[in-house]
Amino acid sequence: MTSKSPFVLLSVVALLAAASAPPRRLNVVATTPDLAAIARAIGGDAVDVKALAKPTEDPHFVDAKPSHILTLNRADVLVDGGAELELGWLPALLESARNTRIAAGAPGRVSAAQGVKLLEVPTSFDRAHGDVHALGNPHFLLDPANVRLIAANIAQHLSAVDAARAAEYQTNLRTFLTTLDAKQTEWQAALAPYANARIVTYHKDFIYLAERFKLDVIATLEPKPGIAPSPAHLAGVIGAMKAQHARVILVQTFQNRRTAETVARQTNGLVIDMSQQPGALPGTDTYFTMMDAIVRALAKALAETK
Amino acid sequence: MTRLGTTLGIGALLLGVGSLEAQQAPDTTTRNQQTTQQRALDSLGTALRALQTRLDSALDARRAPALASTPAQSPARAAGTYMNLSFVGLTAAGFSTARDLERIEVGDHDPRARGFTIPNAEIALDGAVDPYFKGFVNLVHKLDQQSETVVELEEMFVLSTSLPANLQLKVGQFFAEFGRHNAQHPHSWAFADDALVLGRLFGADGLRGQGARLSWLLPTPVFAEASFTVMNSAGETTTSFRSEESALIHGGLPAEREVEGLAEMLYVPRLSTSFDLTGSQTLVLGASGAFGPNNTGPGARTQITGVDVFWKWKSPRASAGFPFVTFQSEVLSRRYDAASRTDALDGVTALPAALLKDVGGYAQMQWGIRPLLVAAVRAEVVRNDDPAAAAFTATEREDRDRYSTNLTWFPTEFSKVRVQYNFDRRAVMGNDSSLWFQFEFLLGAHAAHKF
Repeated sequence: MTSKSPFVLLSVVALLAAASAPPRRLNVVATTPDLAAIARAIGGDAVDVKALAKPTEDPHFVDAKPSHILTLNRADVLVDGGAELELGWLPALLESARNTRIAAGAPGRVSAAQGVKLLEVPTSFDRAHGDVHALGNPHFLLDPANVRLIAANIAQHLSAVDAARAAEYQTNLRTFLTTLDAKQTEWQAALAPYANARIVTYHKDFIYLAERFKLDVIATLEPKPGIAPSPAHLAGVIGAMKAQHARVILVQTFQNRRTAETVARQTNGLVIDMSQQPGALPGTDTYFTMMDAIVRALAKALAETK
Repeated sequence: MTRLGTTLGIGALLLGVGSLEAQQAPDTTTRNQQTTQQRALDSLGTALRALQTRLDSALDARRAPALASTPAQSPARAAGTYMNLSFVGLTAAGFSTARDLERIEVGDHDPRARGFTIPNAEIALDGAVDPYFKGFVNLVHKLDQQSETVVELEEMFVLSTSLPANLQLKVGQFFAEFGRHNAQHPHSWAFADDALVLGRLFGADGLRGQGARLSWLLPTPVFAEASFTVMNSAGETTTSFRSEESALIHGGLPAEREVEGLAEMLYVPRLSTSFDLTGSQTLVLGASGAFGPNNTGPGARTQITGVDVFWKWKSPRASAGFPFVTFQSEVLSRRYDAASRTDALDGVTALPAALLKDVGGYAQMQWGIRPLLVAAVRAEVVRNDDPAAAAFTATEREDRDRYSTNLTWFPTEFSKVRVQYNFDRRAVMGNDSSLWFQFEFLLGAHAAHKF
């Protein structure tokens, strides 16, 4: 008994300390800022969220730097795209992170693409067609319907990892979805006057937006995904834009704006700066403010070129 | 889907043939020919109708899963993906004013002949073995100077994925984790050739062998990783240790030295740390050692130590990872404790015991100018500091400097074209210039790049 009592006492003290301390905030890591923004909305005050990719950089090519290994090593939850957008860097990081909590299939691993119907799923695998993602186009967050699924998915995983705060996550999810529904109606109304408007993008990264809001992407400045624009291809794009009266070109922060400007000059077109990542442009820190900015810029440009 | 495509193709072909024959029909004169053609047309029609039926059912089959909402997996891909399979093929071409190409280019994957060479053709396999291990295999083929195919099991190891306490175990045949360059495959090298100092201290194949490595991610606020490797000390991939070619280092006949215990194993500790200087600048620092026996005599040992630094700036608005600037440098030193031995040249003269010292390093900068275009420069130095240098001539260890510059263009991330110029200054052999071209392609899975 004498040998046991200090141990028992220690255990009791430890238990009391654990009970009285506020529960630790979950470390949530998202591969990209858009997923981080959704995780932040669902996790609320119960989580600390970090994104690995910068909002301004090309999410296909993020450096697998050691500080990211450390971040992943200490993560309770990882939200990744799940459609191979991060194929060039995430596997190397996870291999070194040695964190089973976020291993594929673990409750702490959220694969955003789960349940999402991906577009442009290739039917043959041939890199002569450019760097086509084998699972389909991974830029699926511009369709609010997909964000609905992702938010629910995140809430489910957060609840599984941190059951004590499951109710909180569910409440946050309901609030998020209510706002999302209202916003989607608003965005649809704002773009309704431009139904079937023809636009041009740099990469094939706005197809989900186009699909949801009834826009027609008639061409991309890249001849094939991941292949730099060539003069011959751009001449074709210019011809198509003139023939089909398309005058709006969407360019993300990390894409070559000068190429787009060259095309715009010859088509009396308008280049609009876009970002699919919250935080890349000022005042766009949440998914909603980012989508507001996209819809606003798009509606303005389409009105001006109508 | 391929089956559907084939069916469509055959259908289109048959349609073409059918219409061609139909056009020709009125021109033919004899009844006999007409009957034959009619029969052919009929059978073609039947075939077409059958194809049409197959096409319809194939289309239906395709529509059904598309409507059944979820899977983010395409069936064609799901079929055989228990491992990633890739192939890297490297062709080199060029010319050097030097005739001793085997010495001017120290690495096994370097261009080591005037004209064309295939210094690397690598099949890489990797995947999860089970929930506890990942497996990696690298099978390297190359053509030597006589066009003979050489095959080697370059790497083959398992890596644990779920050890506790931030530990990770690697077991098999692998490149030792010493510095930065040694463990990198030619595909990720910034230059067409191996660094001089690594060729001199680790041999043409790098420091590589059979063993086990335990690594630990330290619970510190900044990234810090400690790794410890135990491996065999014999063979051509452990040049500075129990290698049969060690005469190149010490000039004597190698002694027989068996493994008696732990003293005959090779130990490679490494400590590395990294932190982000700013949001777009990262620094990696490392220190490594390799300690083991050499075969000049019983008890003789070799110590290699090295430090490495890597710095990278990448634009916060990087497109395809460009623009960027990197700086990388390694300095290595070897203390080779040679026991008294018999001169390999005459097999008679006794060479006195000596501590042979070598030191060397390289510093290189890469500038990713714009997407898919990289320029680089490199300066290298290797020196020997033998007190007993007069006792034998070690041409392989002469003092040497090399300056290189290159330009690399990646048409996509799956192909690479490089042109490189080297200027060599060797103490004994004099000055030389070399111009090399490299063409590399990659098939299959593209493994994620480590930092």
